[in-house]
Amino acid sequence: MNWEAVKSIYFFEMARFFRTLMQSFISPVISTSLYFVVFGAAIGSRIEEVEGVSYGAFIVPGLIMLSVITQAISNASFGIYFPKFIGTIYELLSAPINFLEIVMGYVGAAATKAMFIGLVILGTAALFVDLSIQHPFAMLAFMVLTCLSFSLLGFIIGIWAGNFEQLQLVPLLIVTPLVFLGGSFYSISMLPHAWQTVALFNPVVYLISGFRWAFFGSADVPIGLSLLAIGLFTGLCLGAIWWIFRTGWKIRN
Amino acid sequence: MTAIVQIDDVKKVYDGGFEALKGVTLNIEEGEILALLGPNGAGKTTLISTICGITQATSGTIRVGGHDVVTQYRAARSLVGLVPQEVNLEPFEKVWNTVRLSRGLFGKAKDDALIEKILRQLSLWDKKDTPIRALSGGMKRRVLIAKALSHEPRVLFLDEPTAGVDVELRRDMWEIVAKLKADGVTIILTTHYIEEAEAIADRIGVINKGQLLLVEDKDALMTRMGQKQLRIELQERISEIPQSLGEFKLELAEDGDSLIYSYDTRAERTGIAKLMAAMSAAGLVLRDLRTSQSSLEDIFVGLVQETGDAA
Repeated sequence: MNWEAVKSIYFFEMARFFRTLMQSFISPVISTSLYFVVFGAAIGSRIEEVEGVSYGAFIVPGLIMLSVITQAISNASFGIYFPKFIGTIYELLSAPINFLEIVMGYVGAAATKAMFIGLVILGTAALFVDLSIQHPFAMLAFMVLTCLSFSLLGFIIGIWAGNFEQLQLVPLLIVTPLVFLGGSFYSISMLPHAWQTVALFNPVVYLISGFRWAFFGSADVPIGLSLLAIGLFTGLCLGAIWWIFRTGWKIRN
Repeated sequence: MTAIVQIDDVKKVYDGGFEALKGVTLNIEEGEILALLGPNGAGKTTLISTICGITQATSGTIRVGGHDVVTQYRAARSLVGLVPQEVNLEPFEKVWNTVRLSRGLFGKAKDDALIEKILRQLSLWDKKDTPIRALSGGMKRRVLIAKALSHEPRVLFLDEPTAGVDVELRRDMWEIVAKLKADGVTIILTTHYIEEAEAIADRIGVINKGQLLLVEDKDALMTRMGQKQLRIELQERISEIPQSLGEFKLELAEDGDSLIYSYDTRAERTGIAKLMAAMSAAGLVLRDLRTSQSSLEDIFVGLVQETGDAA
């Protein structure tokens, strides 16, 4: 293993993040506060409780997931797309490193940033609502896994994208709808029966459900299924990346 | 001397079917400066990219320091530094950070003293905290070189290092190359500028349409293919070459006031004395004489035209 390279990529990417730390910090704080004003205060005052949890607290796991997923994808996709776009990728390709090391550096940094944002949102949320986390370690583990797996997905998107529009396409057209429809702001059990079945085909449902379980101890789907879903998703992304580097798809032309 | 880079029958066919390399075989000796000359699209960059791991050869093998570039890519690549043709740099990054990243990517432990030395050598030290976008074009090229040198390569590829840089910087670049050679680094550079190859290379390879047309010691090449020309200015204009001079390789200059005699420096006799005698017998009075040796450029153009005609 070329650990120096992993370390170098990781810290190089993190330095970019720290250069714009205020932006990175302020925007999630503001958007979370807005969500609380709109959903927590305006709508929440009419919903009272969902599954024994106040609505304001109920949406916290979904809100965190929403930001963590979007951040992980955009950080990782931009992280690898940018060198491709400006041409500095030549250095990655000619360095004595393998795909695993490249992925560890870029995905590791993207996941760290997403994790940081997730924790900032959690902190902001705690200012608005009473939060008690029943399974704190499971909560952290779920967050880490989500950060990692969606950073992997972002990495794939970054390699696939041929221009900046495509870079936005998948997050905008697929990921955001899946997250919104994945029970970020409601419980699946609140949907009509037919739609509940449809919802089960949305992979994000399993993530949010598992994450919510870590907070409140209740879930839409069994926790084991949630773990399986995220494990499967991570495996799929890793497989795709392995294939990309083996064939040089979109990289070595 | 041992070959540090061994290229054996390397072919590269791109997805579209374009054959960029048609079986290139070449040994590069340790410590030499090899210049690869060729027109645009000749395959110079493809050859370099294949050695460095940016593209993979369709067939054939390449070894660097005895290590196969595909199966033993770690060992092979750690010996190689690449200065690409395009100025590919992160615009917002500082010089220092980007050079340090390069060293790390090659698995070398942090060595700030070395990077300082490299930056000073390349007159970049006072720019170390400047974002790259604020640098001039020439400075950016130096940053690329600094990045390539940061991991102490034994073989350095310079892909058109002086394309589009001013004369002064080109001279600087040549000095840098000479210093590197003195440190024992093997250097392969591609260039359009024949002047450049003539000035700094030990050996010259000419590549065109994916084929290596020749690789030869620079001086030997110049002598072997060097044609010399004697320009004879005449006292009076003539409209055609007198028949009595028919056995000589003569050309009449456009305005008819001088004759140009081409001869081979390798030949035992140049035939100049004989020509002089014949000229005086023909009643031509000469006013002045001037000789010139053909440059590498003429040799190069000749070679490339030959393959162009054959294809």
